[in-house]
Amino acid sequence: MRPLLVLFLLCLTAPAFAADPAEMLKDPVLEHRAQVLGRDLRCLVCQNESIEDSNADLARDLRVVVRERIQQGDSDEQVMSFVVDRYGDYVLLRPPFKTTTLVLWLGPVVLLLLGLVLVVVFYRRRQTEAASPPPPLSAEEQRRLDAVLAAKEKDSRS
Amino acid sequence: MRKLYYLIPVAVFLVLALFFFKGLSLDPHHIPSVLIDRPVPQMALQALPGHGDGSGLTTEDLKGKVSLVNIFGSWCISCVQEHPVLMQIAATKRVPIYGIDWRDEPEKGAEWLRRHGDPYTKVGADPAPGRAAIDFGVTGAPESFIVDRNGIIRYKLTGPITPRIWQETLLPIIEHLEAQP
Repeated sequence: MRPLLVLFLLCLTAPAFAADPAEMLKDPVLEHRAQVLGRDLRCLVCQNESIEDSNADLARDLRVVVRERIQQGDSDEQVMSFVVDRYGDYVLLRPPFKTTTLVLWLGPVVLLLLGLVLVVVFYRRRQTEAASPPPPLSAEEQRRLDAVLAAKEKDSRS
Repeated sequence: MRKLYYLIPVAVFLVLALFFFKGLSLDPHHIPSVLIDRPVPQMALQALPGHGDGSGLTTEDLKGKVSLVNIFGSWCISCVQEHPVLMQIAATKRVPIYGIDWRDEPEKGAEWLRRHGDPYTKVGADPAPGRAAIDFGVTGAPESFIVDRNGIIRYKLTGPITPRIWQETLLPIIEHLEAQP
């Protein structure tokens, strides 16, 4: 029981950040804001790590600059637009919702809906086919059926 | 007509395959610069110690003539490879080359230029955290920008300048910009 509890508590702890204690802001509220923003900013030289998670020099520089802006009283939006102004949308780990990213955001939803529609159409059709009585046999089919049945009767009698 | 429905998954697959195939040939290290056609960021960088006339590099220096701005550092290995090309370009006196010594101790940058030669008209020091380089949207060194005579950034090159890139890419852009009024 105890190891499970320890494991559970470990899951609750925040992941370790690359931020050097020396570069952290003294005010914990401001530092928290900087970390939240930093987790959404891409470390440009490591492709898929945030600047908070990365040890790269450029990530460190951006952490420092983000903290400087916050200390100078910038709002969260101002800090983000400061970085986007220089590095473009690419620096955002969460791509913004705009005309050039419509396919990215809506594509999966559209595909899912399309799939649902196809599934519904497929089952509907199967149901109506099963519910309606089959059409009566044509004269030719009736003749062949009679012939088969007659042959079978003859077989079993002999 | 109903047969066509069965072709929908094939069509979806083909479209996706086309996208992914195109994605394979993209270079994930190529990040488009948002600074193209924007003015050079405001900067007033200190000179490297014992280098030039001690006047550093400011935004105003980049106005009046088409110029090349080069981000380098004494710690940067590709810069050593690029340096002879910059020396050759400087020897032709075709364009002024301005250097930004990025994330470097200014003394080391000055020493590096003494050792390898100095192709720069002016050099500014941008020690860590490299605020000027961040204003330029720099992601690594070397990086070079072509700035027109009005101080507008017109082109960005990531990675070292080679003789071929100079001849086939940078020089034609510079000539084109110089021909403009």
